[in-house]
Amino acid sequence: MTIRSMLSLALAALLAGMPSALFAQNEDLGAAPPVGGEVETVEMPDSAADDEGGLTGSVSFEGSLDNLAMAIPAFAAERDVATAANARGTAALGAELARVVTADLQNNGLFDPTGPDALPRPTYPQITDPVWGMWSMRGAEMLVQGYVRPRADGKLVVGCYLYDVALQDELVRSGWVVPPSDWRRAAHKCADLIYSRLTGESPFFDSRIAYIAETGPKDNRTKRLAIMDSDGANHRFITTGRATALTPRYSPDYRKLMYLSYVDGNPRIYIYDIGTGRQTLVTESANPTFAPRWSPDGRWVLYSMAVNGNTDIYRVSASGGASERLTTAPGIDVGGSYSPDGSRIVFESDRSGEQQIYMMNADGSNQRRITFFGGRAATPEWSPRGDQIAFTYIPGDFNIATMSPEGRNFRKLTDGWQDEAPTWAPNGRVLQFFRTERNTGRTAIYQVDLTGENLRRLPTPVDASDPAWGPILP
Amino acid sequence: MTSRIKFAIILAGSVSLAACQSGAPDQLPPEPGVSQPDTGGDYTSGPREGTQEHFVDAVNGQNVIYFDTDRYNIDTADAAALQTQAQYMARYPNVTVTIEGHADERGTREYNLALGERRANSAKNYLVSLGVAANRIRTVSYGEERPVATASTPSAWAQNRRAVTVVID
Repeated sequence: MTIRSMLSLALAALLAGMPSALFAQNEDLGAAPPVGGEVETVEMPDSAADDEGGLTGSVSFEGSLDNLAMAIPAFAAERDVATAANARGTAALGAELARVVTADLQNNGLFDPTGPDALPRPTYPQITDPVWGMWSMRGAEMLVQGYVRPRADGKLVVGCYLYDVALQDELVRSGWVVPPSDWRRAAHKCADLIYSRLTGESPFFDSRIAYIAETGPKDNRTKRLAIMDSDGANHRFITTGRATALTPRYSPDYRKLMYLSYVDGNPRIYIYDIGTGRQTLVTESANPTFAPRWSPDGRWVLYSMAVNGNTDIYRVSASGGASERLTTAPGIDVGGSYSPDGSRIVFESDRSGEQQIYMMNADGSNQRRITFFGGRAATPEWSPRGDQIAFTYIPGDFNIATMSPEGRNFRKLTDGWQDEAPTWAPNGRVLQFFRTERNTGRTAIYQVDLTGENLRRLPTPVDASDPAWGPILP
Repeated sequence: MTSRIKFAIILAGSVSLAACQSGAPDQLPPEPGVSQPDTGGDYTSGPREGTQEHFVDAVNGQNVIYFDTDRYNIDTADAAALQTQAQYMARYPNVTVTIEGHADERGTREYNLALGERRANSAKNYLVSLGVAANRIRTVSYGEERPVATASTPSAWAQNRRAVTVVID
């Protein structure tokens, strides 16, 4: 018996005389995931003050990024020593780091890098002094090198360098200190550094995704809350599957998960505190609550609540207190997504007779419809950059589309039979959504960039739906 | 009249009623009252009063009503079914029920939760209008999460757009 279940039993005995609701609402929770620490960025020695912000005249290649010959050899280890991050020591960890960087850049679709398994391994001194002739002979235009070195306190220092081989020049460098358990984050930071330097976009690899893991036949589906890194690694189930869980959302600081659960027999939103393992209702009400959303600063929660069959959107402080009703129209007002500055909310309503997308101020004032594309429009999500809104466009089949916050510049990005519920990457350049397969009901998370190209399925251990992409990790 | 004859009459009644339900889907899901396995062949007692089995038998399988796409109105067939349910609840005043609202898969997940809630409340409000006390009826929406028909066809979707009345045992 685990300590947790012993505690649960003790708690159960303690609560035997009390209403069962408090205990029942925790019944579906599995073991709590570890709370990650912050990654410290370190000043790298000899750091030339490099201009960041995308391709500039200092880069030698022209043309599209996926034609760019990029080599990512194994990161060098100063000495091959034991580390908690890899059973075979820091040298093996160095190769793993380069593999993760390669996979990040590869899977993004913009780059076609060559990873460490097909490349010679630089020595530790060569990391800051590349063997230019050898890399240029191999046809590499861009070279990513790095190193890993354990610190006395057991933490790892990981350095990452991007070189332009033709110019024989360093484009950018950075380094991070991570606990051994967070070694992958250093690789994601490195991939983010390179992605940002070469595209001019903000980073997004070092982030996590909450989603719903699905198993079982279509008419008896088990739906569990699960989390993973943006590349699918560090996968964990949060709930056991005894109760249906839906529509998770990470808090902006990653400390809490908000989601819908049927754990007490009714659909209700719970806020799960990852650090304490405690779970609370978003609001004390006998009415069903669903469609939870955080404000960008994490101070507010939007939720939808049905009262006598009529669904409206409410706002409540994340620390509790009285709820404020934001919509009053008869019909279904549901969901909601804040503008990055928190001043406006885009939401879905069928007040016109069918699902369409509306805009309002954060206090509920000035509600107006913004979608007039023919067909239904649902599940709006405001880009973290503020410039676009992604949504489910339903001319018949279900597709992912984007538009401006004024309801213009409509772009359809996918062509599935049922693609729904887009979620933005932290940099607002990539979207994930879930695709349901006709007849079988099988679900999977897909990723697509804003060009509508580079569509790919995310690897998950079981079927997957309702992805919710968190911000860049703190 | 023996129980076996009574069972046969209930069965015939449910078939003829199903045939004239205008709003019902082409293929009805199997009705629990009809497909109930014969537990040892002993029908002398029948299902216990106030159980789901007894209720479904008594309302001729009309414990489920169906809706058009995106709709939640009570049509003529629904009204007839709900009247039968109300009569049962009048006869058994201790019975309380849950009305489960459901949607088909061709909607977005959160909207379907709201739609299922709206359908369950339509059925509830109609029962209340027929004199059933509101506190005897609980509602719950399952959205699109619990389909009875698993194909992705218009007839399967029609079977899934439903409100199911379930006796709370």
